[in-house]
Amino acid sequence: MERQLLSGDEAVALAAVHVGVALGTGYPGTPSTEILEAFSELGGRAQWAPNEKVALEVGLGAAFGNARALVTMKHVGLNVAADPLFTAAYTGVSGALIVVTADDPGMASSQNEQDNRRYAVAAGLPAIEPADSQEAYDFFFTAIEISERWHIPVLFRMTTRVCHSKSVVVPRAAGEQGPAPAPHFERDIKGRVMIPAHARPAHRRLRAKLAEIAAWGEGCALNRLEPGERAEPGDRKLGIVASGVSCLHAAEAAPGASIFKIGLVNPLPIERTRVFAASVERCVVIEEGDPVIADSLRAAGVVVESKAEMYRFGELDVPRVRRILAGDITPELAAPRGKPPELCPACPYHIVYATLKKHDCIVAGDIGCYTLGVLEPYQAMDTCVAMGASIGVGLGLRHVLPADEARRVVSVIGDSTFVHSGIGGLVEMAYNPPATGHVVLVLDNGTTAMTGQQEHPATGRTLDHLPTGKLSIEGVAAAIGIGSVTVIDPYADPEGFERLLLERMAAPELSVIVARRPCILAAADIRRWERQAAELRAKAPAQAAFDLPLAER
Amino acid sequence: MSAGKSADKGSGKATAAVTNVVLAGLGGQGVLKASDILADAALRAGLDVKKAEIHGMSQRGGSVTSDVRFGQRVLSPMVPRGEADFLVVLAPSEVEVARTMLRPGGVLLSPDLVPEASLPNKRSLNVALLGALSRYLDLPTAAILDAIRAALPERLHEVNEKAFELGRNLVARQGRIS
Repeated sequence: MERQLLSGDEAVALAAVHVGVALGTGYPGTPSTEILEAFSELGGRAQWAPNEKVALEVGLGAAFGNARALVTMKHVGLNVAADPLFTAAYTGVSGALIVVTADDPGMASSQNEQDNRRYAVAAGLPAIEPADSQEAYDFFFTAIEISERWHIPVLFRMTTRVCHSKSVVVPRAAGEQGPAPAPHFERDIKGRVMIPAHARPAHRRLRAKLAEIAAWGEGCALNRLEPGERAEPGDRKLGIVASGVSCLHAAEAAPGASIFKIGLVNPLPIERTRVFAASVERCVVIEEGDPVIADSLRAAGVVVESKAEMYRFGELDVPRVRRILAGDITPELAAPRGKPPELCPACPYHIVYATLKKHDCIVAGDIGCYTLGVLEPYQAMDTCVAMGASIGVGLGLRHVLPADEARRVVSVIGDSTFVHSGIGGLVEMAYNPPATGHVVLVLDNGTTAMTGQQEHPATGRTLDHLPTGKLSIEGVAAAIGIGSVTVIDPYADPEGFERLLLERMAAPELSVIVARRPCILAAADIRRWERQAAELRAKAPAQAAFDLPLAER
Repeated sequence: MSAGKSADKGSGKATAAVTNVVLAGLGGQGVLKASDILADAALRAGLDVKKAEIHGMSQRGGSVTSDVRFGQRVLSPMVPRGEADFLVVLAPSEVEVARTMLRPGGVLLSPDLVPEASLPNKRSLNVALLGALSRYLDLPTAAILDAIRAALPERLHEVNEKAFELGRNLVARQGRIS
């Protein structure tokens, strides 16, 4: 096959097509978003779910049905999906289930830099970590093999640099893969219904599987010894143990070193590493984020050096690896700061933040483009923690603050984030209303803007922009029992928006204001997709059924 | 601007033969498009190539940089700070921000190299600067032109081919950096 220049995300998508993944699902999140988009473009069946928990459950169902399933998310998405993840480790799967977690060391576009290799250990799942696009492609096949051989979900851990860097991929020849197994249902009540009586033996089965995988992993091709470019045979001064993109930084930083490259990061090949470490004069673990490999090796009595604590923070690169190897803990020179991102000049939400700032609102914020309202010139956001957290945090503040302060609290959340995990917050608001009432402002720009304009359930279009059932944000709010639900275009009517906001803040009632105006970057595309949907309906009236609520189909 | 020679080049080691290019600008200027074209051209020339950048927040008008590395074998996808052979900058405000990427004696190609009035289209500054850069690189011009055509819709081919030629002609042949 021809050499291709692919990002890690695209390489995973290509492998998923080649291996016959029947369903790919996930929630957009940098740096994972492009996997499902590319999978869809390559002809795969790809869907956005409302959030990562639902995505994982859909993928698990597909894998219970003997299919090969792919679920994608960013690292913090795995927190949302953790509940089904831990028990899916017990149930296992009939087909294959690959869960991509795209970590973001250095927080290029995230609220934390958690290291999800820890999840593999905590849940008891095998975890694979590629270093570049070729490995992302190749290792995906191995992930499927592991998942099907041991009937276990596999965590596929990528990082920002692996997801978004492009490198050369030589794909496998067409037809090299056998056909994927045909989906079918086989009843397995004891294996899949996790009541305590079934779960107790399931936990033992899981640990037995992990022990087998650990034994297999010691010799598997995911872990390999790579002599450095300038290493002389028998040169045993420096050995490096590394995983992911850190392997490549290390190979460049220390061309004379031998590198034991770990692709199966859970369970770790402890015994092979022990032999490697004993064969060199000095053995250093080079890993981004938490010292996961170093701690595990040391706990097993393998003598290795780990990086200094200062290198736990941020991404690694060649100069930092050189410093680690040199034991250099002097302060690092900060890179010059470039221009920070900002709300687009024509963003419809400038007026919203100007109004919030003007009235000194206490803004419980959320995650999306609109988080940029925290920066100059508005600085109109007081909290931002997790997807959907704006509503709960706003309610908590309302409950405890003195009434005059409480009335200034407004929760601000985007449309996609609202669907992702804001609905539960609204239920809480109706169930435990603060004495001063509360105001939730949904900034509905008709797209998941921050991650690159993906569809979501409230756009009424699927991942590939075709019409489907459409969730009504105002309808949901009204159905939950919010007394005042108003839709307004703040860009077209800024004075009306300001009046409405002040009125709702003053009222001791529950209010949802849907501030609706399409994202300036997405508006032209949205119009095109709407035209396309209208043409589809005109050509094939049966398609119009997709525009109706399910009950009316 | 200088086309400095590098003392540490040409040592015969595979990694030493890697060419390091950093492209910088602001979101929306076509930095990533230019680096895609350059990386594709290196691929077409039969070389190993890696390209790294951060997407996400940088798309909202903030600083954007993209690293392209090519040669017989490329390891890390990121150009180490202070080791870029070439720095191509699309926005005047980004020159000082990105300058620390350049190695001593490396070549800076800044936007003032291309008079705005001479551009067939304002948005083709990225390709014009690629044209200027191409004078220094050991990549076949045909591979770069093919990459430009593959990266852009047909209606933009002519204007970008003109921009590329403009950039090439703005730089007197400096000879490639060995």
